[in-house]
Amino acid sequence: MVRHQVENHDNSEQYNTLYNVKLDKFEGPLDLLLYLIRKNELDIYDISISIITGQYLEYLKLMKELNLEVAGEFLVMASTLIQIKSNMLLPTREEDHSGEEEEEDPRAELVRRLLEYSRYKEAALLLSERKLLGRELFARSFPAPELQTVEKSDEPLEVELFELIEAFRAILAKAPRESFHEVSAESISIAERINEILSLLQEKELILFDELFENSLDRDYIVATFLAVLELCKLKMIRVRQQTQYGVLRIMPAVVEPVEEPRSEGGGDDVAT
Amino acid sequence: MTTSRLKSLVESLIFVSDTPVSLDRLCGILEEYGREDIRSAVAALMDEYAQPERGIALAEVAKGYQFRTREENGEYVRRLIKIKASRFSQSALETLAIIAYRQPITRAEIEYLRGVDSGGVVKTLLEKKLIKILGKKDIPGRPLIYGTTKEFLEIFSLRDLKSLPTLREIEELSAERMNEQQEELPLEDPPVGASHGNGAVERDGD
Repeated sequence: MVRHQVENHDNSEQYNTLYNVKLDKFEGPLDLLLYLIRKNELDIYDISISIITGQYLEYLKLMKELNLEVAGEFLVMASTLIQIKSNMLLPTREEDHSGEEEEEDPRAELVRRLLEYSRYKEAALLLSERKLLGRELFARSFPAPELQTVEKSDEPLEVELFELIEAFRAILAKAPRESFHEVSAESISIAERINEILSLLQEKELILFDELFENSLDRDYIVATFLAVLELCKLKMIRVRQQTQYGVLRIMPAVVEPVEEPRSEGGGDDVAT
Repeated sequence: MTTSRLKSLVESLIFVSDTPVSLDRLCGILEEYGREDIRSAVAALMDEYAQPERGIALAEVAKGYQFRTREENGEYVRRLIKIKASRFSQSALETLAIIAYRQPITRAEIEYLRGVDSGGVVKTLLEKKLIKILGKKDIPGRPLIYGTTKEFLEIFSLRDLKSLPTLREIEELSAERMNEQQEELPLEDPPVGASHGNGAVERDGD
């Protein structure tokens, strides 16, 4: 029964596909509500909560039937609607208008949000109708945003392999070449150096390439260290950068940038779900 | 020195610059000339380039002047530089609109207005440099606050934030669309009465 109110199409075969297309368009619960209000030609200032709630829940059900992931926000709005509906059923208490503020229409907050949202939706529409630089309009040598490289002159450059090798050669050149005496095979393994570098990086955020070789100028040590650096690069566990070409190489842990602050950033005023 | 000389100088300066050149900047460079003369030279150039046979227009964007191709020619220019015309998603546009009108604004405020989680969109807009972090709001949790960038003005061909339609104008447009009345909107003098303009970008001349 409600279904017929939701969508006036007669052919129930087409039903699901119709919804499928439509649902994609809704940006969120407010968008869906606005759509329902317009479709039913309701006065936004005097929404029939029971019609809207019924149709809204019907949509949620359909979304689930279509195996669409129903975002939490849709559920929050559903509970808000039901709460408003039940508030409106409650008789308003006549006794205590003894100076306390008048009881607000339970829909007021929702209406405010809907109006506000519809304004920005309209503003978004106007923006989308504008002629865009890089789409309809072009300026001289203005790189399309897609082609724009992130690097700017003051940002660190990613290092080329050859620059890494060049730096390695410079270190190697410092190592004494004529070491004729017997060396006991006290070789240092790459794995060891990897762990050492990693623990160094835990102590400090940034190591200079040269620092890695301060302890020893032994060729094996240097080679192991260099291979460890390459290995760590390959494992994507470190990032090697330099500020300027032929500048000092800086080694940083390749920590994935801390994901943007969690949702709690709004302080305590968020409605917890 | 003649006005046509000045016009030619202005043309060269704007041509060479790859970002919009402000009047202040022009005045700084053309120090031998008066500000008003420079302003009218720019205006004269704009008129000249406005001729329909020109492939280039002189546009006033992001508080400066810039040569841009005519919009009618976009399709052909795209063939030359071989990029696909990208579109902004609905969520990106909504978020951008909210930030443009309500900046400085926190993510929580954006999410309240949109009714949906907006972390991903905000991140994308930041990456595309359409918005930037303005700082931190002095409330518990010190959330980041966002605003639009100069690139936003450039890409959307806006002279400045004031040249966005006011929220009141938008509201009327929106009411129009809601009532499905296809009458022409009066371009000037929005009737006083509608009073939901809180937080609107004020339009108070310059």
